[in-house]
Amino acid sequence: MQCPVRTRYGYWALDVGCWMFPNLHAMTQLIPDFNFERVFIHPWTQNADTTFWIFLMGFLVATACGLVGNYLILRRMALVGDAISHSVLPGIAIAFLIAHSRSSLAMFLGALVAGIVTTIIIEAIHKKSRVKQDAAIGIAFTSLFAIGVILISLYASKVDLDQECVLYGEIGFVTPLTQSVVTIGDFMLGPVPVVRMAVVAVLTILLIVIFYKELLVSSFDPALAFSLGINATVVHYALMCWLSVVVVSAFEAVGAILVIAMLILPGATAALLSQRLPVILGLSVIHAALSSALGVHLGTWLNCSLAGAMVVMGGFLFVLAWLFGPQQGLLWRTFRREQVLATTEAQLEAH
Amino acid sequence: MSRAAKTFSLLLALAALSVATASAERIGDITENSLRDQALRFFTFQDPTVRYALAGSILLGITCGLLGSFIVVRKMALVGDALSHAVLPGVALGFLWHMNKDPIAIFIGATLAGLLGTVTVSVIKQTTRLKEDTALGMVLATFFAVGICLMTMIQRLPSGNKGGLDKFLFGQAAAIGPEDLRLMAVVTGLVIVVIFVFYKEFLVTSFDEDFARATGLPVRVIHYGLMLLLAFAVVIALQAVGVVLVSAMLITPAAAAYLLTDRMSRMLLLAAVFGMLAGATGAFFSFLGPSLPTGPFMVLGATLVFTGAFLFGPRHGVVTRWWRQRSRAQRVQRENTLKSVYHVLEDREFKGEGVSLRELAERRRETVEDARHQAGQLRRHALATLHEEGNLIFLTPSGWQQACAIVRNHRLWELYLTNAAQIAADHVHDDAEKIEHVLGEEVVRELERRLDYATTDPHGRPIPSWADFRKGAAPASRADDSVGYGGPI
Repeated sequence: MQCPVRTRYGYWALDVGCWMFPNLHAMTQLIPDFNFERVFIHPWTQNADTTFWIFLMGFLVATACGLVGNYLILRRMALVGDAISHSVLPGIAIAFLIAHSRSSLAMFLGALVAGIVTTIIIEAIHKKSRVKQDAAIGIAFTSLFAIGVILISLYASKVDLDQECVLYGEIGFVTPLTQSVVTIGDFMLGPVPVVRMAVVAVLTILLIVIFYKELLVSSFDPALAFSLGINATVVHYALMCWLSVVVVSAFEAVGAILVIAMLILPGATAALLSQRLPVILGLSVIHAALSSALGVHLGTWLNCSLAGAMVVMGGFLFVLAWLFGPQQGLLWRTFRREQVLATTEAQLEAH
Repeated sequence: MSRAAKTFSLLLALAALSVATASAERIGDITENSLRDQALRFFTFQDPTVRYALAGSILLGITCGLLGSFIVVRKMALVGDALSHAVLPGVALGFLWHMNKDPIAIFIGATLAGLLGTVTVSVIKQTTRLKEDTALGMVLATFFAVGICLMTMIQRLPSGNKGGLDKFLFGQAAAIGPEDLRLMAVVTGLVIVVIFVFYKEFLVTSFDEDFARATGLPVRVIHYGLMLLLAFAVVIALQAVGVVLVSAMLITPAAAAYLLTDRMSRMLLLAAVFGMLAGATGAFFSFLGPSLPTGPFMVLGATLVFTGAFLFGPRHGVVTRWWRQRSRAQRVQRENTLKSVYHVLEDREFKGEGVSLRELAERRRETVEDARHQAGQLRRHALATLHEEGNLIFLTPSGWQQACAIVRNHRLWELYLTNAAQIAADHVHDDAEKIEHVLGEEVVRELERRLDYATTDPHGRPIPSWADFRKGAAPASRADDSVGYGGPI
């Protein structure tokens, strides 16, 4: 393909660009012009309804996932989250096939069973053979996910999911226009997935408040938990169950892989900014809100997958925290090191 | 090896059977005829698509198996997972380069993206307090999200041929073209050569990093070299397996091989064979239906192999181990019964014929029913014959020999403990009770020599000698003919 950008004498950079990127035209088309009006104002004035529900869904997903994810990070089980997010797929597919409907109950049950089965398979492989835990995780979730994908492609007409949706969700379809809504009397509460996600998010917060001590102690000090009479196995399985519930309610919106980012990014970003768990939990909610709002705008600008854009913005916020975090940020650490060096040198010279 | 191979071929047949039944419903609506046609088309290899798909799947199986072995023994299985998701933005950018599925551009883009992902993980690990699992998960999902954004952006571009980009998610072996195949062959060759040449270096750094560093090997360079090869493997596998499930092709065949052997060279070979078989299975089954993705079928093929190794592996298999334990427990049980029979006979100085169930039960402090069950076990192994409606036990010659041998083991050990280890005579019984079942003939001879061919144990009972029970006669009273073994003539 020819380079369509007309280059004049002196614009050697463009010449080089054309040589390096023969398809520059398509590439420039890829990124639309940035129009403040279109990206930041229109979503909230012209499409306010759609935008609001999408933002809310993203926020609720990231909040529920992020709060649970904090405990996964603390327990060094981030990749178990990865595993469970993949393996709820066969659970959902089988639940669809058995129940012949998209009922929430069947879906939750399917996901719960799938989550527990995954946990058990990982434990079994890792304890009964000499395969290490990381490989056990890798084997368990890929197998279950493969079963799920095959079921979906075999029964595509019966299971109301397509292969791409499985990976990155359809957050654009949570608006009242495309979904049935939940109403109380005349008042419209919201589309079904959003209401369901809201219930799950509120329950997540409630559970964390109620079992704060148990979760905290068993995450940080299993020995102390044992001496306090907290059963670590029960806590572990309960966490896995709740993780499955959260993941499955987020599944339609963000799919199996982006949900991993929703689980880990808020907690990881917050962990760079604070060392106290309550603060970290609060910060991850803020991260959820920011990444969801910014993601909606990025997605509108680039006209790409909204869930993907939310995760990209979440990752961007992580990078910001990584570079400019107040205590552990790379920039301040370098600055402080220079400062320490300077003062030491000054002291040495004074002597 | 041959046992493993036998188990394996059995498994493959099972795999074929189970997947065939699993897809029966779907196959029903394609009509049986076309299914058979498709299978026939596949196996006659007349169609070039089939040849490309099969050859490509086999090549990627080999590459993934070989490199997967190293990441499994290095406990980096999930690095492979992160890397395979992180290549997605590279695939999208490589696609954008010429706006078509140019294998070289996609290869370069994906490799760079994968390496960038790996480097990001290690930088995050070094500069923050976050642990490796968090860093891996984060990089995996964020890179994947960037890839998804790029792909959805490319999908809405007006120009160019966008077909086939979505095939990179779940894989379609039928989409492998001659150019892809050439690239795959080159990469596979490169991987094999590099592993062959640097086998020692890879081996040492995988198992003992400190030792490798001490001998002056550039451990970091080797690590990143492996990562580069891994990125190559992931990238050539993308077309057929898809981004999401590549990690399974790396981990599962290698883990199955890890269960079957203790030697790295054999593990590499087995993993390559398993990868190849999984690849071929996947190519075959996805060819049967029009919209069946290849990746999941390959992964299931690999999982079946792993399940087989996990359950029936000759040394570490769960079922094999259970079976071994069970047969060992049964043998111990039988030997204890024989010993009790011997004791009963010894108490009546080897007079009288046979041992009744009642005597045996009293001796073992069990119910007569249990004794009957044990006598049945003895008869099943031709160690005893039962008479008078199963109430009287006569040991056969081999039963008698085993009974003598076990008593002899017991008493020799007791004597050894009292003589050599200075343990009081009333404390040696329990230990001897355990060890009598595992003493081999060599050890027994050695014990005999050390104990100067003693004839009585610490409790004053005679130790049946080798010669004694070879003759089939009881040690004490040889005058009496009815020594209690053999049936009534």
